Amino acid sequence: MPEYASILFSEVLKILMLLVPVLVSVAMIVWLDRRVWAFVQKRRGPNVVGPFGLLQSLADALKYIFKEIIIPASSNKVIFILAPIITMTLALISWAVIPFSEDFVLADINVGILYLFAVSSLGVYGIIMGGWASNSKYPFLGAIRSAAQMVSYEVSIGIIIINVLLCVGSLNLSDIVKAQESIWYIIPLFPMFVIFFISALAETNRPPFDLPEAEAELVAGYQTEYSGMMYAMFWLGEYANILLMCALGSILFLGGWLSPINIFPFNVIPSPMWLILKILLLFILFALVKAIVPRYRYDQLMRLGWKVFLPLSLTWVVLTAGYLMYFDLLPGN
Amino acid sequence: MIAHAVVFYIFSLIAIVSAIMVTVSRNTVHSVFFLILDFISISCLFIMIGAEFLGMIMLIVYVGAVAVLFLFVVMMLNVAQQKNEWFVASDSSSHIPIGLLVSLVIFSELLIVIGGWKYKAELQDSININLNLNLTNTQSLGSVIYTDYVHLFQLSGMVLLVAMIGAIVLTFRKRSGVKTQSYLRQISRERNEGVELIDVETKKGVKIDA
Repeated sequence: MPEYASILFSEVLKILMLLVPVLVSVAMIVWLDRRVWAFVQKRRGPNVVGPFGLLQSLADALKYIFKEIIIPASSNKVIFILAPIITMTLALISWAVIPFSEDFVLADINVGILYLFAVSSLGVYGIIMGGWASNSKYPFLGAIRSAAQMVSYEVSIGIIIINVLLCVGSLNLSDIVKAQESIWYIIPLFPMFVIFFISALAETNRPPFDLPEAEAELVAGYQTEYSGMMYAMFWLGEYANILLMCALGSILFLGGWLSPINIFPFNVIPSPMWLILKILLLFILFALVKAIVPRYRYDQLMRLGWKVFLPLSLTWVVLTAGYLMYFDLLPGN
Repeated sequence: MIAHAVVFYIFSLIAIVSAIMVTVSRNTVHSVFFLILDFISISCLFIMIGAEFLGMIMLIVYVGAVAVLFLFVVMMLNVAQQKNEWFVASDSSSHIPIGLLVSLVIFSELLIVIGGWKYKAELQDSININLNLNLTNTQSLGSVIYTDYVHLFQLSGMVLLVAMIGAIVLTFRKRSGVKTQSYLRQISRERNEGVELIDVETKKGVKIDA
């Protein structure tokens, strides 16, 4: 029994070593998001709490913890409480397979990319459950919008992932990174990177695709009835998902933990640092898009997903496969 | 090994209990949520026997797509009203014989399947697939599906495509008087189509033909 206990202890320790930094960086990223947004609009943004306002998220979190959790009387209470828990849990468990360097990964599973895709497709349940269980009109409309949006854009993300997998020949995330040692996939697959970036915006309900919480029409969408810590959990889960999408983008297209060029000043920097820098770069792009682009209309959003991105990425799959086949570059041969 | 067994029994218990709850629970939306829980625990069982590809595909297809559509349809229904019509109406007893018949058919099918289980070894011998145990099961699945069974695979794809197009054709109707946005027309419009300059005489006004 002591060996079981020691295995359990070391695994729990590893998980904590991963989750605590993720949660802290989620809090920091919210601050960064607001700062970037403010700088684009020539405002100052949060700059009062702590140096440069760095502790603003902490202060917000404290406020949320001490606020009362209000559960509407006509809501379906079990599902109402489950929804933020599911959102948060799903956003955190996907980090298990992200490789931070060659040997620094919690679970190096064979089907890592499928796992990520499966978990992100489950993410829609948190929102649907929250919207339905609130038993109120705005949350329900927001949830339906959000579910339709996430299901649509998942299709194009899936096909983009197929493009990358054709070049790699493995579903393992570490193998995907290692395959990019000669060239990052952003160069041969640049159009796919652009589509992936826009689809990731839609998948995480970020502006300009934040229709589910379009405040002008739906108050706050599926979160309308939530308060206190439960609201904060939705919000943490959302930002953890955004970070995850940035991580996925940097693993699929920007070479994950690899340094841009393998010469002296660059290859001294530890590899997890490179992944973090790439995630930050993509996140700043996310934040900039939020600040400069107006919100889409819903039918335009659906048109973009189904009539533009889906055919385009499918065509690109055929092109990639044909190219690899013709020049005999298919992996595994 | 003990830990493996314990985890197996936990997942199968969740699967069985949630399968029962799908039929027992009064609220249709709860039923769908239990169905989702059932799918998830079944895919965990798949992963436990080493079929991680099947488990993940099960999660993506059934939980990520099919069950979302189920949930959509069920949420749109007025559950309370439907409950009254089905369970309280006087002719509710007429559903019982049909239900019994269906469950009898399913039960006998299950018996046949489980009865056939004891021929499993012979069945495995009769299938001539060469499995390379060094490959991951994603690779071996791909190498079988796309070579020996490519026609069946393509055929099942066609069946799904026909079903999808059929559903669209059946529900699609052209409605008149709906204003839709045509990007091509919007962009290709020129000044002389949209704007007309008219000299308006004083105190006479102008007639606009709509």
